[in-house]
Amino acid sequence: MSLWQKHAIFEKNSIILIIGVLIMISFGGLIEILPLFYLKSTIEKVDGVRPYTPLELAGRNIYLREGCYNCHSQMIRSLRDEVERYGHYSLAAESMYDHPFQWGSKRNGPDLARVGNKYSDEWQRQHLNDPRSLVPGSIMPGYPWLAKTELDTNHLDQHMSVLALEGVPYSADMISKAAIDAKAQASDEDPGELTKRYPKAVARNFGGRPGVVTEADALIAYLQMLGTQVDFKIYDDKANLR
Amino acid sequence: MSSTNPNVKMVDSHTGTATTGHEWDGIQELNTPLPRWWLIILWASVIWSFGYVVVYPAIPLVSSFTTGMFGWSSRGDVAAELNSLKALRGPMVNALNGATLADIEKDPKLLTFARAQGKAAFGDNCAPCHGAGGGGSKGFANLNDDDWLWGGKLEDIQATISFGVRSGHGKARDGSMPAFGRDGILKTAEMSQVADYVLSLSGLPTDKGFDKAAGAKIFEENCAACHGPEGKGDMALGSPNLTDKIWLFGGDKASITEGLTNGRGNVMPAWVDRLDDTTIKALTVYVHTLGGGK
Repeated sequence: MSLWQKHAIFEKNSIILIIGVLIMISFGGLIEILPLFYLKSTIEKVDGVRPYTPLELAGRNIYLREGCYNCHSQMIRSLRDEVERYGHYSLAAESMYDHPFQWGSKRNGPDLARVGNKYSDEWQRQHLNDPRSLVPGSIMPGYPWLAKTELDTNHLDQHMSVLALEGVPYSADMISKAAIDAKAQASDEDPGELTKRYPKAVARNFGGRPGVVTEADALIAYLQMLGTQVDFKIYDDKANLR
Repeated sequence: MSSTNPNVKMVDSHTGTATTGHEWDGIQELNTPLPRWWLIILWASVIWSFGYVVVYPAIPLVSSFTTGMFGWSSRGDVAAELNSLKALRGPMVNALNGATLADIEKDPKLLTFARAQGKAAFGDNCAPCHGAGGGGSKGFANLNDDDWLWGGKLEDIQATISFGVRSGHGKARDGSMPAFGRDGILKTAEMSQVADYVLSLSGLPTDKGFDKAAGAKIFEENCAACHGPEGKGDMALGSPNLTDKIWLFGGDKASITEGLTNGRGNVMPAWVDRLDDTTIKALTVYVHTLGGGK
């Protein structure tokens, strides 16, 4: 029993007690989190994932602003029912440029991890404007102001340079042309150098209003891109079992 | 704090509970040990965790982690579950894949299976636009009636589901209504005349005293190429029949004028990359048997 008596030293010295407590509670973090940064098997290389275009990033900011994550997750779990309904389970690499990630944990609405290209732009427009005009039983609120509000592209470059600090590979060129690229992607015209900077970025008039880039343009561009970057025809499931 | 002899058991006279033997300024601490059931659960959990570490992936190492006795992984698990589901559905899926669309509809057992599978897929993938019962809404086609833009035969429906409409897929249904007003092809007055003429084709009320001959002439020059000289439409082009009182975007003059001004070209996504062939087949049969299949 003598070992059990040694706690007296902790109980008599508050500094030693605090240090002891810190060491004990840091074990959980050290063991569960730290290895994820260096284990090769947890950092999977996946082809096709690129940083968000400025327009998609702006759309993502609107997604955060409106609190979409409160009801929608972006994480298809590796469970049969999820894969049957939503498609291939989400890969870590698919949210590698998300700061912060939008995995979410609440599903009042469906998961959105692979909603890209699932419905038409017109559907997204109408559904954001008035969800119950299309889905009578929906409890989602309408967001009619998105189509009426012009998109503020002034601070996109600043946002991108902060993300670059966090490790998103935005080049100086990408950052300086943020506003130009955002406008180019929201139009049916030739997007110019956009696809050089962001491979496979899709440009069209997402929001439907000619000549003006609205918040609906940005949000729909973001939604239509979600989950479309990885080509699962060439992704090797068996090599990535974990 | 004064220390007392730990070998002498002190009992608090007030509560009858033993004390720890510690005393601070005359205050003594009652010794109330954790309940036995709680301790049993604690130690059982500790012992169980050793077993868990051996059986399941657990300890991080230098470049990987211990994989456990059976090499269990959550991704392997879902793959196995999907395989067992495939095996379970296997016989019916094979039967579906082997049969032509027409044969499926003739075989009651296959039809029941296809419709059940189609209904499930329809609920998540199609209902958001076409409605839970396929009734559609403005801009999204009603699948219950026998009026089809791109054809209502089984093969037509299968092609539309697979490749979509103006979806960007190489084999997508393509062709859209031009923006006669926005692109300056027709003047406002001309659009008004031809809109009235289109209303008259299905016997709907028109503006009083509209010039039918002028409307007919504009129709013949601008619209007949796609909608046909009598306005009966052409499924090869996806141009709707204008004489049947079934309207995708509304059958009032304002809606028709809006279509003339800005054109129409709603998009249906291509499903061939998202859904497997069997599911598309089942959906085809489901949609075909909703009521309007040809």
